[in-house]
Amino acid sequence: MSLPDFGFYVLCATAIVLLAAQAVIHPGEFVQVFIFGLTQGSIYALVALGYTMVYGIIELINFAHGDVFTLGAYIGSAILGFFAISEGGFTTVNLIALLLVFPAVMLVMGGINVAIERVAYRPLRNAPRLAPLITAIGMSFFLEGVMFLWHGPATVHFPDILPKAATTVAGVFFGFKDVFVVVVAAILVALLAIFINRTKLGKAMRATAQDRDAAQLMGIDINRTIAATFFIGALLAGAGGMIWGLYYNTVYYQLGFRSGLIAFTAAVFGGIGNIPGAALGGLIIGLIAAFSDSYIGSKWTQVVVFGILIGVLVFRPTGLLGMRVPEK
Amino acid sequence: MSTSVFTRLHLRDRIRDRDTAVYSILLILALVFPMASIYATDGTALVSQATRAGTFVLLAIGLNVVVGFAGLLDLGYAAFYAIGAYSYALFASTQLASSPAHHAFHLPFWLMLFVALFVAAAAGAVLGFPTLRLRGDYLAIVTLGFGEIVPQLFYNFDQWTGGINAVGGIDQPTLPAWIQGPWSGDGSFQIVRNFNFGGDPVAFYVLICILIAAAIILVNNLYRSRLGRAWMAIREDEVAAAAMGINTVTTKLLAFGIGASFSGFAGAFYGANVSLVSPDSFLFIVSITVLVMVVLGGMGNISGVIIGALVLYYVVYYLIPGLPENVRSLANSIGLSSETTRSLADATQHLNYIIYGGILVAMMLLRPQGLLPSRVREQELKHAAVQEEEAAVEMEHAT
Amino acid sequence: MSEQPAPADNILELTDLTKRFGGLVAVDNVSLNIKRGEVFALIGPNGAGKTTLFNNVTGLFQPTSGRVVFDGRDITGYKPHQVARWGIARTFQNIRLFDYMTCLDNVRVGRHVRMKATVFDSLFKLPRERREEERVTEEAMEFLRFVGIAKHADQYARNLAYGQQRRLEIARALATDPKLLLLDEPAAGFTPQEKVELMKLVKKILGRGITVFLIEHDMKVVMGISERIVVLDHGEKIAEGSPDEVRKDVRVIEAYLGKSA
Repeated sequence: MSLPDFGFYVLCATAIVLLAAQAVIHPGEFVQVFIFGLTQGSIYALVALGYTMVYGIIELINFAHGDVFTLGAYIGSAILGFFAISEGGFTTVNLIALLLVFPAVMLVMGGINVAIERVAYRPLRNAPRLAPLITAIGMSFFLEGVMFLWHGPATVHFPDILPKAATTVAGVFFGFKDVFVVVVAAILVALLAIFINRTKLGKAMRATAQDRDAAQLMGIDINRTIAATFFIGALLAGAGGMIWGLYYNTVYYQLGFRSGLIAFTAAVFGGIGNIPGAALGGLIIGLIAAFSDSYIGSKWTQVVVFGILIGVLVFRPTGLLGMRVPEK
Repeated sequence: MSTSVFTRLHLRDRIRDRDTAVYSILLILALVFPMASIYATDGTALVSQATRAGTFVLLAIGLNVVVGFAGLLDLGYAAFYAIGAYSYALFASTQLASSPAHHAFHLPFWLMLFVALFVAAAAGAVLGFPTLRLRGDYLAIVTLGFGEIVPQLFYNFDQWTGGINAVGGIDQPTLPAWIQGPWSGDGSFQIVRNFNFGGDPVAFYVLICILIAAAIILVNNLYRSRLGRAWMAIREDEVAAAAMGINTVTTKLLAFGIGASFSGFAGAFYGANVSLVSPDSFLFIVSITVLVMVVLGGMGNISGVIIGALVLYYVVYYLIPGLPENVRSLANSIGLSSETTRSLADATQHLNYIIYGGILVAMMLLRPQGLLPSRVREQELKHAAVQEEEAAVEMEHAT
Repeated sequence: MSEQPAPADNILELTDLTKRFGGLVAVDNVSLNIKRGEVFALIGPNGAGKTTLFNNVTGLFQPTSGRVVFDGRDITGYKPHQVARWGIARTFQNIRLFDYMTCLDNVRVGRHVRMKATVFDSLFKLPRERREEERVTEEAMEFLRFVGIAKHADQYARNLAYGQQRRLEIARALATDPKLLLLDEPAAGFTPQEKVELMKLVKKILGRGITVFLIEHDMKVVMGISERIVVLDHGEKIAEGSPDEVRKDVRVIEAYLGKSA
């Protein structure tokens, strides 16, 4: 085993040992943080999937993806406002609103992302690689600007319409919301897996990701496949935004920027282009972020996450489960 | 002998002529501006603005080395700016007296200017090091992360840096000791006046102009040298560059280091200029502002980047903040209600993000070569357009 | 297989060179010697591992095992820029020029490794840097003249015709003052006329004392200029010798035509 690999494993082992120690000393607190990390991680996983799929197919870091996630929350919050929802409890109206708005937001974000790809990225597909990167940054700023104009710099309230039910099991407190987040995320990831592996379009996406020219020769419509990738990525991001809003009940225009960086780290951590990797990476990074918040201090969490990003890229760029990028 | 070679380089001469023209215009403007503005507005506010703009010009020239010459997309350039500023601020104020070091330093500005330069350059190399083997997009993300971390660290180590409370009361530059000998000051042999910058806007303006002029000369020298070509070779094709004997590791580190050193320089200047240094001045928006300046001006082309910086500074820091006033008066003159005018005015305040985003996207799609591109970029993107068309035609024929 | 010729005569010696990618063996225990001043060809069906072999010699890949000895020096595992510094230059199968730099600049980049200017010199345009720049420019023009594209000095490499681009790549490689020049399919896509020109150019290069090691598919070119040939198939060396010997080798014929029933 090479030195970098060795270093990577040593670091992982140290972290695990430290955490295990905490688990033993303060089990209740540990599990609490763990649950929090799990919910956060589930959302990061949804966003990370979008990053990884787009990177896997056109080798572009879609800087605007995090903002698609946030915009989903903004739009969801706005649409929910049209329903006669009651906050703090779970009424039938709430349920109906949720069932209608959730998929609606997903679809809307999907459409927006496809439009973004068509307008900002496709014309630059053959341009020198700096160009689409810069456009992506520009798109990210543009979206943030839109949200800034919409609600200003202050945090925006997202309706609290989920059941308040909660229980304490063996000293550990968790509620419906926690379960909701993890379950919905898991379902979406499972659906994605089925789609990618069993449907024709999914196969086309995998083929295009592996070797675009060969895929084209096989008769696959590259433009449509790439558009589909953006669409699906945004479906998940939109869902993530809704879930974030429903769980935290507060969003702000820079949320995408912060979360985007963390979600991208998760995607790289799991292996860029690797779909199971992104899901796993999201969970793990979410946990790490939660542990960092609690045990080190939230003002260091960004540094920790960034340190992980650097560490992965330097010591094990293929990530946990291996990268899946187009072969040149 | 070599004359035959140089008569053949008419293409290069044509670019040089345009650059010379631009530099000449800038020089004249720079000389005339302070006198004209002080006379016209009866005050030095515009001169201070120009100095701030000049700081950004310096930053843009530096980032141009990294992004334009070497093709390394650095999204965290403000980090080096911060490092430069804090290097000066911490050692030329009372800040360190309240830190665990319990001793304040008041090192001279002219020394710290160069210290900040080297510290920033070192930081550039340190940042560059883990990115060396990374593809362009990964490199960008890592630099972005670095740009986030550095201000955060300056916040976190508040025992040393004052954190949120910033570092204030920073010393002003004074003219070097050899000018302030027994022949200066208030003594009987006074030949040269004791000169403390003391917040004098014109003094800072002159200084930034000198720094910019120096930067232009040095960067131009690099452009037309072995190192400059090595940077461009790496930008074009790293594998081929290495095969031709270019040590890509050291060459990229040099790009980061030299690029960062301009930021360090600018940071120290900034610290002295505004006499207050806080992490809030070095957030992502600053990195992006400089990047937009470089993109707008035409990556790789020094004179274009300067123009881009000046134009963007004017739009973002002068035009936009002034808009609410103008919008208000315009709306009033059309006869809109005061409610509408007020919300309109508010809205224009928030335009920066949309403007940056819009400029970046629009530039890449419509005029990727920037305002005054280096010939290279123009060819580059014209070629991409041709490829696009060819691909489209092929698609049509195929289906 | 160990060879008889005295080491000083061999400019390149590959001993049991192997390159594995995971489970795939791209180069399988290949040994060969190239004599100083000769034209040595590497042929074989597509996918035989020829370019991979080149990449192992020039440092783009690290050999899994085996040795590369160049002019008496063990350069196994050297990085590409070090290999160039010691005197091996190459062209690429798919042409890797600096597209948006002028031909002159492309060749001047080739001179990089023989220049002495430091960052300090360049930064302040010291007189000795200025002199070196002039010298290098003149030298670069000389290389452009050598391959016959001097009149395109100011054009961007992108805009050259295909044949001219191949010649530019050779000029750029020659600018590094190599002792050994590796040409990867230099005649690909050439018209018969261009192939003849290429063979003349190789002779000129030999005249400068540079050893040439080439990969090529066109048998006329190979037979026309090579003194010795090695044949690779599925990563293994299956034949070696003079053009006549190789032409008649049963295994070579099988490799190219496939084993007939």
